Amino acid sequence: MNRINPEFRPSRRGVLAAAGAIGLSLQFMATQSFAASEGAQEKKKFIFVICRGGMDGLTVSPPVGDPDYAGLRGQIALHDEALKLDGVHALHPALAATYALAKAGEARIVPAVATPDRARSHFEAQDVLESGSPVVYGAASGWLNRTVESLGRIRKVNALSVGPTTPLVLRGKATFESWSPGKVVDGSARLPTLLQDLYKSDPVLGPALARGLATEAMAQEAMTNVARMTPAQAAVMPAATPAMTGSAAPAATPGAVRAYQQQGQDAARKLGETLAGFMREPGGPQIAALSLDGFDTHANEGAAQGQLAARLSYLDAVLDGVHQGLGPDWKDTVVVVATEFGRTARVNGTGGTDHGTASTALLLGGALKPGGIVGDWPTLRSASLFENRDLAPTLDMRGLFKGVLGDHLGVERAALDTTIFPDSAAAQPAPRLV
Amino acid sequence: MAAADRDLKAAIAVTRFGLGAKPGEIAEAGRDPQGWLKAQIRREGADLPAANIEPTPRRVADLREFQQQKRVVKQEVSNTGQPATPEVRDPVKDAQRLLRDDTQGDFLARVQLATATDAAFRERWTLFWTNHFTVAAKNIQTAVVVGPYESEAIRPHVFGRFVQLLGAVETHPAMMIYLDQVQSVGPNSPMVQRANMPARGGFGARLQPAVQRRGNLGLNENLAREIMELHTVGVNGGYSQADVTEFARAMTGLSIGGFRGAEAQVGETVFRDAAHEPGRRTVMGVRYDQMGKEQAAAILTDLAAKPQTARFICTKLARHFVADDPPPALVARLEKAWMSTGGDLGHVAEVLVDSPEAWAVPAQKFKTPYDFIVSSYRAAGTQPQAFGQVGPILTALGQKPFDPGSPKGFPDDVASWSAPDNIVKRMQFAQGFAGQAVQGRDPKTLAADALGERLTPATAIAIARAESRPEGFALLLMSPEFQRR
Repeated sequence: MNRINPEFRPSRRGVLAAAGAIGLSLQFMATQSFAASEGAQEKKKFIFVICRGGMDGLTVSPPVGDPDYAGLRGQIALHDEALKLDGVHALHPALAATYALAKAGEARIVPAVATPDRARSHFEAQDVLESGSPVVYGAASGWLNRTVESLGRIRKVNALSVGPTTPLVLRGKATFESWSPGKVVDGSARLPTLLQDLYKSDPVLGPALARGLATEAMAQEAMTNVARMTPAQAAVMPAATPAMTGSAAPAATPGAVRAYQQQGQDAARKLGETLAGFMREPGGPQIAALSLDGFDTHANEGAAQGQLAARLSYLDAVLDGVHQGLGPDWKDTVVVVATEFGRTARVNGTGGTDHGTASTALLLGGALKPGGIVGDWPTLRSASLFENRDLAPTLDMRGLFKGVLGDHLGVERAALDTTIFPDSAAAQPAPRLV
Repeated sequence: MAAADRDLKAAIAVTRFGLGAKPGEIAEAGRDPQGWLKAQIRREGADLPAANIEPTPRRVADLREFQQQKRVVKQEVSNTGQPATPEVRDPVKDAQRLLRDDTQGDFLARVQLATATDAAFRERWTLFWTNHFTVAAKNIQTAVVVGPYESEAIRPHVFGRFVQLLGAVETHPAMMIYLDQVQSVGPNSPMVQRANMPARGGFGARLQPAVQRRGNLGLNENLAREIMELHTVGVNGGYSQADVTEFARAMTGLSIGGFRGAEAQVGETVFRDAAHEPGRRTVMGVRYDQMGKEQAAAILTDLAAKPQTARFICTKLARHFVADDPPPALVARLEKAWMSTGGDLGHVAEVLVDSPEAWAVPAQKFKTPYDFIVSSYRAAGTQPQAFGQVGPILTALGQKPFDPGSPKGFPDDVASWSAPDNIVKRMQFAQGFAGQAVQGRDPKTLAADALGERLTPATAIAIARAESRPEGFALLLMSPEFQRR
């Protein structure tokens, strides 16, 4: 077999760790070094998580040490409860598992990253984020698909789309598998909430949806409880409670909301674990893409608790599930979490934030080089804000992706600059990530 | 007409009178919304679904073959006392599957027509009549003929005279199978008389009742009753039980070939003089001296012409297109159009379109599941490609394909379709469908295309704020104004 990518240099740490995990002796490695490095290359795993809606980077990784932060953020600013990373940056308290990884050198934040798009439209920005093109609707396929295509000429690469629909980032000529979890994660979808809002003055649809959702929640809870019961307990369960037949809609109590959230976190962790399980299978995917939604926080964003905190707890649970589920394969893994744009630096009049520019991306994985923040911190001084409203980008999102794809997966620079991210030679790969 | 007024009218034309807008359709209607609707009315009737729906006799013959095969297997099992071998059983199963595929194919073709047509008012008008003259696919016998029935008896006549439509429907094999007319024979008809005659040559044989020798032979009032109650004058139309019985007697002889008759006429409408109840009939105070098949034809003609029929159906039409409690002025207009033209349905359709009341009422009709699914596909500008994309969801939403569950058809009021579970299931459908169908399109554009001037600021804002295309499209499909028409 020819070594097609001469620039590829597996990190010593990665190879040793891989060897240890699969119980290879050093002597075996010495005689089979070529094969071992090839094997290590094939074990590299990459997961791309898209947080749709414009995730507020200033809440994901609050720059609590930035002197302008608290003033700009007002009621949604985080203070002592933030999990400190360095003198400026912290992580949101809902990201506890991510924080633990950061402390172990296996997670880093990219606090001011943006795509080349500046339109502040979800659909356009997601298109640019996923297509890899510098302009909106510039490519019909996604950069991760073209990565699979490019790597496929060198070695066997399998890709997996998680979710009922395939995100653009993985759509294209190269084939991929897809899997979607059952109904259980639907509980975290935004549509029911948005519709309740849209129906609030509708005398027919408003009450009907509220009652229908209450019934649905009861049914799900009942099913979950049944699943946890012993067979003897399940046998005495009535077939349907009164609420399941829609005759009464119980009001949501704070306890019920917490239980619902806990259920969402459990489901999210399970999703991460399941994805990890797929990736650990022999012949399983090395590349996966997954979308989470619910990050469009125009109102009542919350701080340590609240709407965004709940979404972040789901994100953290997915990442934790992936970490735990991958087990020994975590050391060969890089996870990138990114969003289409950040949000305004200032809190708005409804306790939320509007569409902005730069946001935080997260890098996680045992294959990462330990280090501080990726990219520079532009600060929140008013002179530094982009168009006097948004956090200014210091790093091109494509550079971040290119750094990971090149160093971790061994994708050729020429392909990264031209086919995978068209016309992107100026966006230098972020160095020393892996 | 002011431009703004015309834009709103265009949106109403396409959604209230049609099946929901395809991209570009509201603009198309915008030049002259009423003219655009009226141009869809045509003498030759409705469009036919594109798929090659086999004629009724073919379907009945296939069904009979299947039933014979089934009998052979049954016989084999009872003879041998052993379960049938796969060699014997499988062809029967295959035959049954093919029959089911036929019906599903018919239904898919009908949905495809509805999702694709440029003349959606014509199709909506047609669907009103398929529901008014329901043949429900309650079993395999009816399921295989519903599709052909709609194409043969209903679609050609929806803009003709009502009496023609009525005649075609009530004498169609599907309707006669569904409402038991095929079993109905005159108690004093020659056929029953012969059956009741003592068998030759035996002492005790003459006491054997006809029922045991020839199956149930007698009058079945089902079709006669439903024609009066559901198809013409309505339940308060002024008829009595005696009228129903008399009408049923008059219709005896009407049946379909192949059950007891000549092979050549398998699955075709036949009139058997020998099964017809002899004598004059009196129905709703009118004496019918005609003999044979002319008798039932004369009664049907009179029922079609009654003012009660005009009122009953015009009220139903106004309720279907405009409001659960339709404006009385609108009903009066339709009735007048009906009565002055002898039930010219094309003219009634024109008057509906021209009635100011039909446009003035705010959108309050709640889409049936069928309308909702069809309009969702139209909003996306796509068509379903398999029965499985539409059949199961319609069943889940309470509108089982071809099967309203009763001859009354599917309900047509808001309350029937706005139950909590229905809304949640619609939302789940919208979520899944939007993810598949939105492709790379901007839901803001899709919303403008689907609702035009009917799009409310609240929905427009919600869609503009959606964080993904699928979410925006799902919000459109579930918006109050998309759910209504």
